[in-house]
Parts: sequence; C-alpha cells; structure tokens
Amino acid sequence: MSTTRARIWPFFGGIRLPGHKSESLGKTIQAHSLPQQLILPLNQHIGLSATPAVKPGDKVFKGQLIASASSSVSAPIHAPTSGTIKAITQHPTLHPSGLNAPCIVLEPDTQEQWADTIKPNAHPLQIEPETLRKLIGSAGIVGLGGAAFPTRLKLETGIENNIDTLIINAAECEPYITCDNALILERAAHIIEGIQILLRALNISRCLIGIEDEMKPAIHTLKQALTLTDETDIRLVETPTRYPAGGEKQLVKTLTGKEIPANGLPSDIGVLCHNVGTCYAVYQAIRHGIPLISRIVTVAGPGLGKACNLEVLFGTPIKDLIQLCGGYVNDKTDLLIGGPMMGYPVNSDELPIIKSCNCILVGSRSTKTEQTVMPCIRCGECVDVCPAKILPQILYWHAQAKEFDRIQDYHLFDCIECGCCDYVCPSHIPLVQYFRFAKNEIWSMEKEKLKSDQARERHEFRNQRIEKQKQAIEERRRKKKAALENKPKNLADDPKKSAILAAIERVQRKKSVADVEPKNTSNLSNAQKRQIKETDERRKNNKSE
Amino acid sequence: MINAILVIGGLAALFGLILAIAAIRFHVKSDPIVDKVDALLPQTQCGQCSYPGCRPYAEAITNGSADINQCPPGGQTTIIALADLLGKDVKPLNPENGEEQVAMVAVIDEKECIGCTLCIQACPVDAILGAAKMMHTVIAEQCTGCDLCLPPCPEDCIEMVPLAQSIDSWKWPIPESPVIRGSISK
Ligand code: SF4
Ligand code: SF4
Ligand code: SF4
Repeated sequence: MSTTRARIWPFFGGIRLPGHKSESLGKTIQAHSLPQQLILPLNQHIGLSATPAVKPGDKVFKGQLIASASSSVSAPIHAPTSGTIKAITQHPTLHPSGLNAPCIVLEPDTQEQWADTIKPNAHPLQIEPETLRKLIGSAGIVGLGGAAFPTRLKLETGIENNIDTLIINAAECEPYITCDNALILERAAHIIEGIQILLRALNISRCLIGIEDEMKPAIHTLKQALTLTDETDIRLVETPTRYPAGGEKQLVKTLTGKEIPANGLPSDIGVLCHNVGTCYAVYQAIRHGIPLISRIVTVAGPGLGKACNLEVLFGTPIKDLIQLCGGYVNDKTDLLIGGPMMGYPVNSDELPIIKSCNCILVGSRSTKTEQTVMPCIRCGECVDVCPAKILPQILYWHAQAKEFDRIQDYHLFDCIECGCCDYVCPSHIPLVQYFRFAKNEIWSMEKEKLKSDQARERHEFRNQRIEKQKQAIEERRRKKKAALENKPKNLADDPKKSAILAAIERVQRKKSVADVEPKNTSNLSNAQKRQIKETDERRKNNKSE
Repeated sequence: MINAILVIGGLAALFGLILAIAAIRFHVKSDPIVDKVDALLPQTQCGQCSYPGCRPYAEAITNGSADINQCPPGGQTTIIALADLLGKDVKPLNPENGEEQVAMVAVIDEKECIGCTLCIQACPVDAILGAAKMMHTVIAEQCTGCDLCLPPCPEDCIEMVPLAQSIDSWKWPIPESPVIRGSISK
C-alpha cells in the first residue's frame, strides 16, 4: 500500500453531474427476502445462452448448477435458493426490447438448503492460477459493472496477452448508482481479498484501484483495508469526479496515460479492468465456494419512497424491490435499468433482476421535464463533451439520413454511449438513441449480408445442377440418335433381337438417369441433417397415425 | 498576361493528360460492377424486379436497362446502397414492383403435404427438403421468403409467415419525432 495522489492523466471531455448519491448511501445494504418465484433467463451475460441442466419437477439446492456454459463465451447459472424447477419457458426479460427469452422458473421451498458441491477454501492464495481461473468460470462470474462479460474469458485473454497491470474500477461515476460504493463501505476487506485472488489468477502483482476523489468515506475504508494486508503493489488512485470517469477507456487513460486503440481491448496495452463487484464475487466463489447467485442493486430515483441498496437474488422481480423501498410515490412512473445517463427504459416491473443489472431508477411523471426536440443548431457543445473525441452532430446527421456507410467514417463505433452529448444538447436531440439505432442497423445489415451471400451460393449451385442435368439429357439424346442412325439393318429386321437391344438401352438409360438425379441432399450441414432426421421421424409418425 | 494564359493553359493540358492516362491505366472491366451490384441485392431470387433473379437484375442495372428502385425485398436500404455505389440519386421504391414487407418465411403444413416435389423444384435456393411421395419441409434459416414455392403446390399447403422477432434480432428503433424526453431529469 502506498500513498494516493499518484500521477493521473485526465481524459478529454466529460461533464460534472449532480451525484444524487447520498439518498441511497446512508443505510446499510439490506438483504431481500425470498420472492414467490425466481425467473432466471438463460442468457444473463454477453455470449451464448447457457444450456439447462435441470428439467421441470427437479428439486434443486441453493448454489446447484442449473444451466451450464454452452461455450467459452458463455456462463453457467446456479440456483439462487433451494426449491423446485417449475418450468423452462419463455418469459419477458430485462432487455430494452421487452421481448421473451427462455428462462428457468424456480419455486423456492424457503429451506435455503445448500448444495453439497459448495466447498470453501481456507487458503485461496495457494491455489494454482489455472485452477483459480477455472473455478471463477464455473462459479458463473461475469463482469458486474454492467457489461456482464464472462470473467474467466477476460482473464484468459489477459494471460494470452501477458498483461502486467490489473485495474479495478471503483469509480462509480453515474448519478444515483451507489452499489459499488456501498459494497466498499461494508466489505472492503473481502474486495481486497478478491483482488489478491484475481492477481494470482493472472500471475501478476501490480494493481491500480481507480476511485472518484469525492467518494471520501469509501477511499478511507479501502485505505484502511489495504493497510491490514502486506500488499505493496496494490495502489489506490483518486480520479477527478467527472462523468464518465468510470468508463473503461477513460479510466485506463486516467490511470496509465495510455489510450486503448479504437476497436481494441485494454489487454492490447497490457492492462485488464474489473469492477469491485466482480472482485467481491470472486472472493465469495473462491473463499466460500459460493457461485454467483446474488448481487447488490441500487434502487433510487425521484419516483421512489426511499432509495437504498439491496442484496438481491437473481430472478427476483423488480416490483419486490420497489416494495421494499417504500413503493412508488405516484402511480405514473418510468423505470430505467442502469443509471440516468446510460440506462434503458422498460415498461414492466414484473421483469426479473439479472447479473448485469446494477440499478433500478424510478422516475416520476410529476417531476417530468418534458422537452421537445428541436433541430440541431450546430453549436458544437456535444463535440466539447464527447470523451470519445468524435463528432456527435455529424454522426446524428448521418444516422437520421440512414447513411450507414458514411457514419462509420466518422467513427460511430468509438461511441461509448455515455450520453454526455445528449445531456448538453440545447436542442434536446436524443443523440445516443440515434447512435444505438445506427449501430444496430449496421450489425443487422452485416448479418443479412452473410445470409444473402449464402443464398447466392446455394442459388448458383442450384443453377449449375440444373445446367448439368440439361447437358446430360442433351448428351443422351445425341447418343441415341447416333445409335439409331448406325444401327445395322439386319438387326432391326429381327424383332426379337431389337426387343432385347431396346431393353438393354432402357436399363442403361435408367442407370444414367440415376446418376444425374437431382441431389439437394448432398453437402448438408449438421443442422440440415438434424432437420431431415426430425422430418423423417415426423413422417413415420404421420404414417403410423 | 501572356504568361498567365500560358501557365493556365499548360496546367489544363497537363491535368487533361493525367486524367486521360488514369482513365486507361485504372480502367475497370464492367463485370466487377455487376458483382458489386449483385452483392448489394438481397438474393431472395424472387423475381419481383421483373428479372429472373438477383444477378440478371444486377446485370440490367449495370447496362442501364433497369432502374435501381425495383427490388421490394431490399427496400429503401438497398436503394440507398445502390445509389451510393453508382452515384445516382436515391428514389422511392417503384410501386409497380411491390411494397417493402417484413421478412417472411415459408412453412409447409406437413399433414397436408403429398410429397409431389414441385416446391423443391421451384425453390431458388434449395431451402426445401424432401423426396418423391415423402413429406417436405422448409429449412427456416435458408428460406429467403421469396414466395416462389406457393403457386406450384397442388395441395395449397405452404404458407408465408412473418419471421418471429427475438432478443437477438431486435434493433433500437430510430427515435420518433417529435420526441418527448423521459421523466428522469438528467
Ligand atoms: S457521441 Fe457517444 S461517446 Fe461521444 S458524448 Fe455522445 S454518447 Fe458519449
Ligand atoms: S449539441 Fe445538439 S444542437 Fe449543438 S451541435 Fe450538438 S447536436 Fe447540434
Ligand atoms: S426483387 Fe430483389 S430479391 Fe427479388 S429477384 Fe429481384 S433483386 Fe432479387
């Protein structure tokens, strides 16, 4: 542990925002009671959905694996409590679309019986790094700062790229959100142990903890926790309180002075970033053997009775949390998942909390400041605040004109969707939504391009096949004609012999026809083969009916 | 004065020469353009553009006999892309060719299918599986939604249904105008 006030390299742009943090900070983290039903989406992370490992009717224990990772870019899911699997079904999930996705529905039995697979480790720092990474993966840990990227995969890329510094993101820069802050105040020692475990898993010793300089009590607590260890290579660095100080690119720049290249990752410049919530989850998983089954969620906003931080089991519906926080102050409210700058609206409070959800923000229509959108006046304020150093007003121009080629020339994909431009725009243009719209359109065009390329290939293949068939028929016709012309007269005179010849020719023709029979069953992908098999089965069933 | 005329005239001649050389040196055969145009078409192979498939339409666009606004499956996005590639003006879809629609996929009612193979022969992209006198089925991911298998079916057991939207295919919509901003004052 060394002194703070290390050298920093402030990032470009950003804004000072009213924090609204004290509302939710004063109280301790409250544990949430068991809901009637837990709804656990199979995809709560970046990557492929997990594969269910249970079936309806199964009895499960707390912490038991209920869905396993389906690839390296995926994460397993564990039962947040003991109970019975009611169904594996489609349910609306926490997503801006509000669409259905496959979920496991668990009915708690209130026994809270732990699975016997849960094994604590008395000496986490003596475990081999490789084993640590595996354990972190099988505990279902994903980045809890909001991105929900599988932590094990991040660690492995760190190893591959020989990174030398671990950066811990404790700069909770968005207004209202205090879940990381609350966690530091109450469990700083555990977070430090989590950091030590991560360092060992990465085979490195250097760590920088970035924290906003206005989070004084949290800084104090972390410092104390650090003095209790004999770590000298874990340093606390205070960053100016300026949104978005906690953006990954901004934090890395502030702490190291190095810029993450466009389209690049922190590991490209030798660092790896993890959030303090993730460190705590790692501590829980390794020290106590407890997989990721809950997280701290900030519930706040002007439309809420009293703001607080809750420790919530995944799968708990939002409305239970709201109830515990004193309910809505009036009946017309808006719900935002995440903070006011980067969050997205949802229109139901039945949706379940998932791994990536750090904050529920409740807006109230009575405080609504309705703003009508005006045309862009080219004032350039958005340019001055954009931490990605891009030109929002030009991106906006191309996005609304749907010029998706040109918009990429202006580095659309460097936009981190921080919302600063939106915030300062005097014309109240919802710039970020335009940028999300443009990004989504470009991604979907890429997907469609892939699909149409495949369609073209199959179409060309089919045309070739038809052409070949035509040629084969032509060839036969020609041969036959030639044979007829060359046929010796005496043979044709003998009716018996000519009958035999005709029969031979028929057989031969049949054979050659068989050779060029249309075959759209060659070169099949596994999905197609599976479909043929399923169809065959259905066909058999149809017949036997 | 004379000097100025000479200099300007000389420069004009020089640039003219450079342009002439560049035109020969960087001459592109017309075929790559057909490829580029074809690459922008959706490959539905539906024939709504009045050509027997996307490639013939691409050829017609390239040789100037067809306009760029005749492909309903591609819709406005394709028209913009074509206009961009060919340096033409964007124009709305020609209503004679049809309307832009949501993505569709063909579904065969498997109980009704008699296994006549007529739909297989009609499918331009080999997306239908089956054999004579056996039930047929459509591979949804490969179906381009072109409609061409519907008319030949003697049992009328093929139907076009809209492609279901999922979280993976969902997209942020363009903000409506006028937009009223949300209630959480930033
Ligand atoms: S353009 Fe993107 S990165 Fe720049 S201020 Fe706007 S949201 Fe933030
Ligand atoms: S801040 Fe708004 S009005 Fe000003 S240039 Fe940017 S988009 Fe235009
Ligand atoms: S209308 Fe479009 S998709 Fe259909 S064949 Fe013509 S170019 Fe292809």
